[in-house]
Amino acid sequence: MYSEKVMDHFRKPRNMGEIPDADGIGSVGNPTCGDLMNIYIKVKGNVLTDVKFKTFGCGAAIATSSMITELAKGKTLDEALKITRGDVAENLDGLPKIKMHCSNLAADGLHAAIKDYLKKKEE
Amino acid sequence: MRRIYLDHTAGKPIDKRVLKEMIPYFSQDYGNPSSPHYFGNQARTAIDESRTSIAELIGAEKKEEIIFTSGGTESNNLAIMGFAYRNQVKGNHIITSSIEHMSVINTCKHLNKQGFQITFLPVDEFGIVDLQSLEKEMTEKTILVSIMYANGEIGTIEPIQEIGDLVHSKGALFHVDAVAAAGQIPIDVQKEEIDLLSLSSNDMYGPRGVGALYIKTGTRIQPIMQGGGQERGLRSGTENLPGIVGMGKSAKIAKSEMTDEAERLTRLRDIFVKGVIDLIPESFLNGHPTLRLPNTVNVRFNYIEGESLILSLDMEGVVCSSGSACTSKTLEPTHVLLALGLQHEEAHGSLLFTFGKQNTREDVKYVLDILPSIVKRLRQMSPLTPKELID
Repeated sequence: MYSEKVMDHFRKPRNMGEIPDADGIGSVGNPTCGDLMNIYIKVKGNVLTDVKFKTFGCGAAIATSSMITELAKGKTLDEALKITRGDVAENLDGLPKIKMHCSNLAADGLHAAIKDYLKKKEE
Repeated sequence: MRRIYLDHTAGKPIDKRVLKEMIPYFSQDYGNPSSPHYFGNQARTAIDESRTSIAELIGAEKKEEIIFTSGGTESNNLAIMGFAYRNQVKGNHIITSSIEHMSVINTCKHLNKQGFQITFLPVDEFGIVDLQSLEKEMTEKTILVSIMYANGEIGTIEPIQEIGDLVHSKGALFHVDAVAAAGQIPIDVQKEEIDLLSLSSNDMYGPRGVGALYIKTGTRIQPIMQGGGQERGLRSGTENLPGIVGMGKSAKIAKSEMTDEAERLTRLRDIFVKGVIDLIPESFLNGHPTLRLPNTVNVRFNYIEGESLILSLDMEGVVCSSGSACTSKTLEPTHVLLALGLQHEEAHGSLLFTFGKQNTREDVKYVLDILPSIVKRLRQMSPLTPKELID
């Protein structure tokens, strides 16, 4: 059902965990639907120096969370905001159709974390 | 890698003795039971023997009360739809429960669109149908009550005899989906006042693609498929001869071995449940603690999701399910767990282990060895897990 790439990220999730002093946190999904994702970011200057995740959800939810941390780490905020759900799925060699909508939330989570950071910075 | 199969509700292996019995009917005794010649007679005799074995398994009075179908889904469709259309002059109300198999639920919903009134009865937290609600809902318009013998996802066994009594005292007839129960626990259609009973061959270690419907003498139903009038005109289509022979053999084996096997599986089941609850904090048994099928364990783990549990167990060679194999096509949690009153996230975190003939105590021990660390790993990943549970 899942690609080898998805299973690899599910088996060995990259950057799993919390960042206790995160500069921004994005929380997307809803446990009622079976997926909840928290993305934590650390920002220096304009660059994402660290990205971590914690996820409640299916194999696709965990793999996409893991993938977004790899895609976003080291990117500028502008570059990171351009990462789409499609990019995440593509880098995982695709996701089952039924999972594309519900469990492919990681890009939204990253964007929410960046917005959270920008909002805090303004205050 | 060692593989442990604990998904017997999704599909069972065929018993080797059943397979052996079937083989000649593919290429030696391949006649059509409707033919009057030698080959036809051979086929007819084989089918009648199978009918007898099934009648004996469920305590039917006569073998003619059994007709063959393509499986549990067709049996449920034929029983409910066939009965409803044939008896609609008497009334248009059908009662069923909220934890039935989709082939019952969706047949009832279909009938609802055709003008029938359908009541879905609630169940209690263990999945037992509420008899008081049943009594309250029955009116003179009620023609049929359809309740499953036991639920394949949580294992809960319903008070069939009490329901049968009640249904008949109110003048309606009683259909029972016994697909999950048959071959595991004793069924007596006469004593339990059952008028229609659905069976599936694979659930008794027979081949797939064959099932049966018990129709008590005097119960009127009409066919849902038109054709050559096989099976007393109720199920047209050339009989699936090898399949029917296989189903008969599986019923015969079930009748003679059921008691011992049920005892053995109940022991394995109870060791497993106790192990899970003892070893894993915030784990709970879904369904009834004692009124449950010998092979069925449905457990729930807070803060984590079922599919990632299944994938993790599969990586260690253990195969199970998150509920009905049918509901995994949608992302909704199974209606059965929601009917017990569980929250969506609780239902999402549930696992279904169903044991079978080849499972041993070593299998149980192996799963109990690996499951706690798998649950812990996923809980470490989950933002919902309270800190004290991970540290």
